[in-house]
Amino acid sequence: MSRETILRVEDVSKTFGGILALNRLSFDVGRGEVLGIIGPNGSGKTTVVNCITGFVKMSSGKVFFKGKDISGKPPHKIADMGVTRTFQVMRPYYSLPAYKNLVIPLFSPRARRTGGWRGGGKLGDRNTVGIDILEEIGFERDSFVPYKMASTLPTGYLKRLELARCLALQPEVILCDEVFSGLSMSEIASMVPLIERIQMDGITVVMIEHRLRELFRVANRIVVLNFGEKLMEGVPEEVMSDERVREAYFGSEEVEEVMTYA
Amino acid sequence: MDILIYGTINSVSLALMALGFALVYGISRVANFAHGALYVVTGFITWSLFKGAGLNYLLSIVLAMLCTGVIGAVIYRFFLIRVRGMAISEIIASYAIGLAILEGFRWGGFKGMTYTLPSFIEGSFMVAGIPVDYQRALVVVIGLAVVGFLWGFTHFTRIGLALRGMAQDERAALMLGIDSDLMAVVAMAFGSMLAGLAAVVLLPLGNIVVEKGYDVLIQAIAVCIVGGLGSWFGAVAAAFIIGFAQIFTVVWWGAHFQMVVALLAIILTLVLRPSGLFGRQKELEERV
Amino acid sequence: MNDEQRRKERLDRGLKVRADSLYALMSWRELGYLTLPRFVLIAGILVMPFLMPSMYWQRVISVACIYAILAMSFDLLAHYVGLVSLGGAFFIGTGGYIAAVLNTSLGIPPLVCIPIAAIAGGVICTILLLPCLPLRGVYFAIVTLMYPLALGRVIEALDILGGTDGILGVESFPNRWVEQYFVIAMVLLFLFGLRRLVNVDLGLVLRAVKDNDQAVKASGMSIAFFKALAVFIASGMGCLAGACIVHIYMWSGISLFALDFSILPIAATVIGGGGTLVGPVLGCFILVPISELLREFGTLRIVAYSVILMAFVVFRSEGIMNYGQRKYHQFERWVKV
Repeated sequence: MSRETILRVEDVSKTFGGILALNRLSFDVGRGEVLGIIGPNGSGKTTVVNCITGFVKMSSGKVFFKGKDISGKPPHKIADMGVTRTFQVMRPYYSLPAYKNLVIPLFSPRARRTGGWRGGGKLGDRNTVGIDILEEIGFERDSFVPYKMASTLPTGYLKRLELARCLALQPEVILCDEVFSGLSMSEIASMVPLIERIQMDGITVVMIEHRLRELFRVANRIVVLNFGEKLMEGVPEEVMSDERVREAYFGSEEVEEVMTYA
Repeated sequence: MDILIYGTINSVSLALMALGFALVYGISRVANFAHGALYVVTGFITWSLFKGAGLNYLLSIVLAMLCTGVIGAVIYRFFLIRVRGMAISEIIASYAIGLAILEGFRWGGFKGMTYTLPSFIEGSFMVAGIPVDYQRALVVVIGLAVVGFLWGFTHFTRIGLALRGMAQDERAALMLGIDSDLMAVVAMAFGSMLAGLAAVVLLPLGNIVVEKGYDVLIQAIAVCIVGGLGSWFGAVAAAFIIGFAQIFTVVWWGAHFQMVVALLAIILTLVLRPSGLFGRQKELEERV
Repeated sequence: MNDEQRRKERLDRGLKVRADSLYALMSWRELGYLTLPRFVLIAGILVMPFLMPSMYWQRVISVACIYAILAMSFDLLAHYVGLVSLGGAFFIGTGGYIAAVLNTSLGIPPLVCIPIAAIAGGVICTILLLPCLPLRGVYFAIVTLMYPLALGRVIEALDILGGTDGILGVESFPNRWVEQYFVIAMVLLFLFGLRRLVNVDLGLVLRAVKDNDQAVKASGMSIAFFKALAVFIASGMGCLAGACIVHIYMWSGISLFALDFSILPIAATVIGGGGTLVGPVLGCFILVPISELLREFGTLRIVAYSVILMAFVVFRSEGIMNYGQRKYHQFERWVKV
């Protein structure tokens, strides 16, 4: 099953002062797939997202989106083109209620063009569309949850809010930075259908994750990073059984059932 | 040729003015808008001790510098420390303090030609056919000495290294047992003393006027921005660039435009290269 | 061990909760709760000129209104968008000089000059401040600090636009009642207009820029654009205020770039309560009369403002209006833990 490449990372390197965070990294993302990016701490996963989305300038290399070179473009332009991201350190707009948090992305030029995820083309009143999006994403409409201040929401809701902020732009690609972290097993279990639904809408999802068991259930392919380089890529079964990957995470001792407990 | 000489003198003067500000900002990330005020304060204290109380000139200078250092430390320890990290409040607070001091001097009748400090050495000598005051030559010598001293201090002494460590990464410094609050106070005291040093060296060239306070502040800021907030070498290099630019402006257009040059330098830097010539700010921090 | 501990709890008043929703319309008490403060404000400000003992004090009210407009622009920029403007004098001076030039050179009547100066001045100031908008807040503060100082000296040095004497002979308003109520109307217009603005979608985006600009960028919007928009609004207001003051005093000079205009709005905002837009207005109406009374003391005024300002900022007083709103909307009680 070959997919058309929607995002291509080509030979990207990034140094921070004396640290080589990314070292000539290359990989492709197919349109409509769920790609997982994994690797031990410090392997450069968040840096990849920052470089792709323009929050950090790459030292060298290129990034292509739908064939167009987006390297070095400012973050808001890249988001406007349809490549969105969530943040690992969540920061919603604390002083606003949850649904008002969505008014801001719905105000953007892209949302106005595309109608904002199931907005149906023409953007209606942003408050209403915001509540609709929240309902789609799993906030109960009839309770007061969408109206609560973002500062009072628990982590599970905040993670969904982060995703909602991306979805409001009707993106083509979402880069999720550790969206499962901080959630309990059942919370993650309820988020997996959401990711699947996003994929069914035709959106390409790239997930940086540490929670490997849960990730392997959603991801179509995995890219493994180590020290800023691509260690290997493949389908989850291949990655699970690969010696090099185990070594990267756990060192070279014999460890059983490595992937199940990651 | 005279442009070269006056340019050098001007540049070193600017460097002297700017180093105190650069030190404080580089280490505690506090933009000390009271820098110009401290400059004038030192001049005033020196004058009071020397002309008013009749103390020995050198003693007055040393005492005045120490006083200013203490004042700077107090300002930080009791006021600025409480608003540390809140960007808006920090800026307003240090601005208000600086303003209070400067305008307080203005109200206290501190104006006009009557307040001057004598030069260290009277007279002048010839350099390549151009008369140069001893005082101005001293400015260059002292300025370069200060730059050298600071470089050595921050590279070779424990406190200096601690300050540099804090400038680079505060949390890491904390973990190594460096008390960041104390270091910030030390940095502020040093920065204030540097402002004082600049004052006692430069004020004999003119009068002690409140306007000088604002001038010094703006020029110090200009030098630091052009050179890159947080870089020694950048500050010195920028001082030379702006210094020579100012002299060129004076020669070709007139003496009033010095501040305009500073302002233009800032705007140009912000447009073309916001982190300054040698700024080592990480991109995520700089381009907000 | 019966260790009873208490903590203070703050709850919204019942009246507020009932008044928050549509049901406020059902009861006079709730309606009154909502409208009374606004009514008092509007009525108070409209009636004030009549209460003043002399024309001198009526002029003080006008000047206070001018400062109030400037202070509101400071509050908007600082507490809603996150940009600290240390040089309100920059806006006043730009607007003032534009109005003076339009009036004396082109003979345009004051009531037409003022809007033109506001918009033209807004554009000019925004363009001049453009370079520091993509950068951290500290740069904006530095640049706004410098512009009034530098511009004052440039005018003095080049001896343009009247040099140190300034531009004389600027027309005044048709009569003093127009003068008085025009500025009052402007204050009310901006006050209620801005309060509305910060709650509509555009205003939310501006507030988001202050709250978390990375997220705004990730949502596909350019921070520099929205900051520029906010600066345009604020500088337009400042220039309008400057134009008004030039027509009140019938003169435009370098003193428009004076520190007074930079520091008093900040002090007024901090004392009156930042982030409320009403606070700055209140602060101005407190500080400007005091400033008039202290006029003999010369620049001691500025020292006083600076000291008060610093004390408020450092010891983190919330300001009068914040305190007042808190008391009005919420009550406190001790609760056993």
